[in-house]
Amino acid sequence: MFAFIIRRTLQAVFVMLVISVIGFAIKQSVGDPVREITGISVSVAERDALRDKLGLNDSFPVQWLRFVKGALHGDLGNSFKYKKPAVQVILSKAPATLELVITTSLLVVLLSIPIGIYAAIHSKSWWARLAMGGSIIGVSIPVFLTAILLIYVFAVWLQWLPSFGRGELVEIFPGWKSGFFTWNGLAHLLLPTVSLTSIMLPLFIRLIRAEMTETLQTEYVKYARARGLRESRILYVHAFKNTLLPVITVGGVQLGTLIAFTILTETVFQWGGMGSMFIKAVEDADTSLMVAYLVFVGLIFVVVNTVVDVIYGYVNPMIRTGGGK
Amino acid sequence: MKLFKKITASNLFYNFLRDPMAIGSATVLLFLLVASFGAPLFTSHNPYDQTTIDIMDAELPPIWTGAADADSRFLLGTDPQGRDMLSTMLYGMRVSVLIGAGAVVLQSLIGIIIGLIAGYKGGRLEALLMRLADVQLSFSTYMVAIFISAVFQGIFGMGVYSDYALGLLILVIGFAEWPQYARTVRASVMAEKNKEYVEAARVIGLPQRRIMFRHILPNTMTPVLVISTVQMANAIMSEAALSFIGLGMPPSQPSLGSLIKSGFDYIASGSWWISLFPGIALVVLILSINLLGDWLRDYLNPKLYKD
Repeated sequence: MFAFIIRRTLQAVFVMLVISVIGFAIKQSVGDPVREITGISVSVAERDALRDKLGLNDSFPVQWLRFVKGALHGDLGNSFKYKKPAVQVILSKAPATLELVITTSLLVVLLSIPIGIYAAIHSKSWWARLAMGGSIIGVSIPVFLTAILLIYVFAVWLQWLPSFGRGELVEIFPGWKSGFFTWNGLAHLLLPTVSLTSIMLPLFIRLIRAEMTETLQTEYVKYARARGLRESRILYVHAFKNTLLPVITVGGVQLGTLIAFTILTETVFQWGGMGSMFIKAVEDADTSLMVAYLVFVGLIFVVVNTVVDVIYGYVNPMIRTGGGK
Repeated sequence: MKLFKKITASNLFYNFLRDPMAIGSATVLLFLLVASFGAPLFTSHNPYDQTTIDIMDAELPPIWTGAADADSRFLLGTDPQGRDMLSTMLYGMRVSVLIGAGAVVLQSLIGIIIGLIAGYKGGRLEALLMRLADVQLSFSTYMVAIFISAVFQGIFGMGVYSDYALGLLILVIGFAEWPQYARTVRASVMAEKNKEYVEAARVIGLPQRRIMFRHILPNTMTPVLVISTVQMANAIMSEAALSFIGLGMPPSQPSLGSLIKSGFDYIASGSWWISLFPGIALVVLILSINLLGDWLRDYLNPKLYKD
């Protein structure tokens, strides 16, 4: 088990190094730091001197090492639009995205498990067919379209709910302004959460149903029936336990999809999170901020996926003895 | 004629005719494809012809709303640039389908070659290629597509990017989604490569490349066909998402996604039709492809590589 954790951690470090190379290459190829610092009146000689002083004439590997060293100290360069360190900008936007992700994940977990199990057990019932039909329609509607529809119905037409921003915020501790504690903040949270859930929920319902259906056909479930165990015990204790394992792994992978969809949702609702910040950074060609977002999001993915893998290896010995494949 | 007979006599076609859902979605899909690719024949306006567009016609509502400014020339109203909604939508759907199809061709090419080599050769090369696919997948295809197009836009600048948007989007989405194919193909190659016909081919002394591409590859086509439908829907969806956040098709060559985006800017003023109609077209297009894919998967029922 120890060797397995070490191997996974090394892999994670390697992936982060690759991300840093990509991020650094982007930084190198887009924009010129000297031009950003100096004005038009600075002479070519002075520019070259500055170039030397900043170490921009060093070879790619040397500059990349400097970039990694800075990144390890939490320095990913300055956002030229906000005139602040890029990491600081991202950390100030992270709570907004995190709150959206938390409420959505809660809703998805609370709804997808019962619906998925129900659809697997009673696959012929009308409710199950409705759920499966609904879920294929759900995956076919892009998240931004759901968001626009919700805005039109609830904000423009009925005027019940706000259509943009985060509303009243309360600072729960330094740097974290939360919308969870005011009615106004919760009202602002409602539409974005519903849109994001509308695209993530069908994915998980379909996944849980497929896994559960497969588990129900295995030998050990038949054996449990033959032993005369209560049906509810077979379903919720024996079968569900093994359904959950693949769902957790895919859940880790789906985090990437969720974060990508926050970019879309935040853009529609002008939600002050990392996603809309990233799109603005692209529009303004704010390379440092773009690269910082890449590294930050990459770090989240790698950490979450590694933790999920380790948990999975802990629960399922087959994985950790299989040569890490 | 012989091919036609072969198709109509096949089990697949027999099963197809007995599934109303499959017939329904195939009909809808065919209708949409004919309408969009035949757009110049069916539409009264050409959204690419600047001379026929009048900015004074901008944002007119659909004719059945009975609004005072509804114009009988524009059945579904007009967009913010004064283009006929129906014509622009059909031309836009053509762009969306083209990008989707192009991206699927590209990603299947990359994915099949990588999956075939990884599955057949095995060893270190396989471990490296599949780890690469896993890592890229864990970032989700949307994320990868958004990043690559953001970088492209940064490198080329917005003007050049929108000039070559169609080709670049095919590249971006094609590159973002190859791991799906690579994993599927590798899984079937693993199952095929120890079968007797492959051994026989090896014993005869056929070159590796011939065994891989002529003997094994045709037997991995069933799962490839099944995921291709889902991938096509995904590619069209990715394109719409990229266009919506401004990293896709420019307003002058609209796709369904960029039409929805241009309508979103006017939603607060009550111009719902600019977003709604392309939105419906997009959903119906994706839904019909997904339903057809579901039917194909249930019918062919290949062992798809999971997790």
